[in-house]
Amino acid sequence: MNNWQNFTKGFLKENPTFVLLLGMCPTLAVTTSAINGLGMGLATAFVLTLSNLAISLVANLIPDKIRIPGFIVIIAAFVTVVDMCMAAYIPSLHAALGVFIPLIVVNCIVLGRAEAFASKNKAIPSMLDGLGIGLGFTMALTLLGGIRELLGSGKIFNLPVYSDNYGMLAFVLAPGAFIVLGYLIALINHLRKTN
Amino acid sequence: MGKKLESNFRNMVLVLFVVTFVASAAVGVVNTLTADKIAQAQQDKQVEAIRQVVAPFDNDPLTEADTVGTPDGGELVFFPATKNGEPVGTAVKTYSNNGFSGFISIMVGFNPDGSIYNYSVLEHKETPGLGSKMGEWFVKGAKGDVTGKTPGTAGLQVSKDGGDVDAITAATISSRAFLDAINRASKALAEKQK
Repeated sequence: MNNWQNFTKGFLKENPTFVLLLGMCPTLAVTTSAINGLGMGLATAFVLTLSNLAISLVANLIPDKIRIPGFIVIIAAFVTVVDMCMAAYIPSLHAALGVFIPLIVVNCIVLGRAEAFASKNKAIPSMLDGLGIGLGFTMALTLLGGIRELLGSGKIFNLPVYSDNYGMLAFVLAPGAFIVLGYLIALINHLRKTN
Repeated sequence: MGKKLESNFRNMVLVLFVVTFVASAAVGVVNTLTADKIAQAQQDKQVEAIRQVVAPFDNDPLTEADTVGTPDGGELVFFPATKNGEPVGTAVKTYSNNGFSGFISIMVGFNPDGSIYNYSVLEHKETPGLGSKMGEWFVKGAKGDVTGKTPGTAGLQVSKDGGDVDAITAATISSRAFLDAINRASKALAEKQK
């Protein structure tokens, strides 16, 4: 696989949300609006890129038996850095995402990529893999958040499209997340099959 | 890829130690860089909330804040606002545990005569689209307008309970909790000023 494929596979072929179905907890919980989805996605993409890079560099220095705790500590350090930077510079987004930022630590996408890709590949492909998967995740969350926001409260990125009196409340609540996600997965599967 | 380090006891202890050491050092550095910013952002948020709920003031309410505990374990914070030394009102950070999803934190501002100037919802977990509307439902000119009302020690009530405040449609419990928080603040303020 060349570098370009390492980067682009995260968008459709191995999209973490629609195809691998990883990281469902933040996916369903924070996508009540497009901006929340975008923020959560970018934070995850940032952590994923840096942790993949760091892990691919030190993978050979970490004995096999303790690789999981080693990876988790590295990932947790990056997540804490993101958490603190967000609280300092964009407090409103930090408040909206709440506990889900610290929870990136246990997001199975991040550990999954560390284990499945970064620990077996060189630095540059690992970084591209992290960036691609991260952006694929961002795209998925923003799309999901945008659809839920539009159907539920009549806005997109907080810009009113129609009166929120006609919004279908269910789409902002948990059931809406499952419904929209289900239809999107069906659509993506259809696209992948016809390609 | 080169050869992996062998999983013997010495290697494992050493590597985990180095990894945790480097990670905590990195987190420590970022913490010292951002700690001031974070504290500043939180303070700004509080000052912003106070500015929203009381008449224009020129003192620093944060330094004159007064925290009072309540019997059920919570606390109310009073922020006196003055302009040219004259009191123009008091902002009270108050709370209710009776929300549809529990805890609600509200900043409410009172004029010197005890009527409500304005309010701002600081924290809540109410249902999106229903109870979460409390941020705009009770403001001036809106349906459940509470500004200008004087809760006194008797307290405000939703119309369903015989009061004169319109509850949020389909979110009476959230509305009651909102008024509970306001009444708590009003009562405590009245007692404080006695």
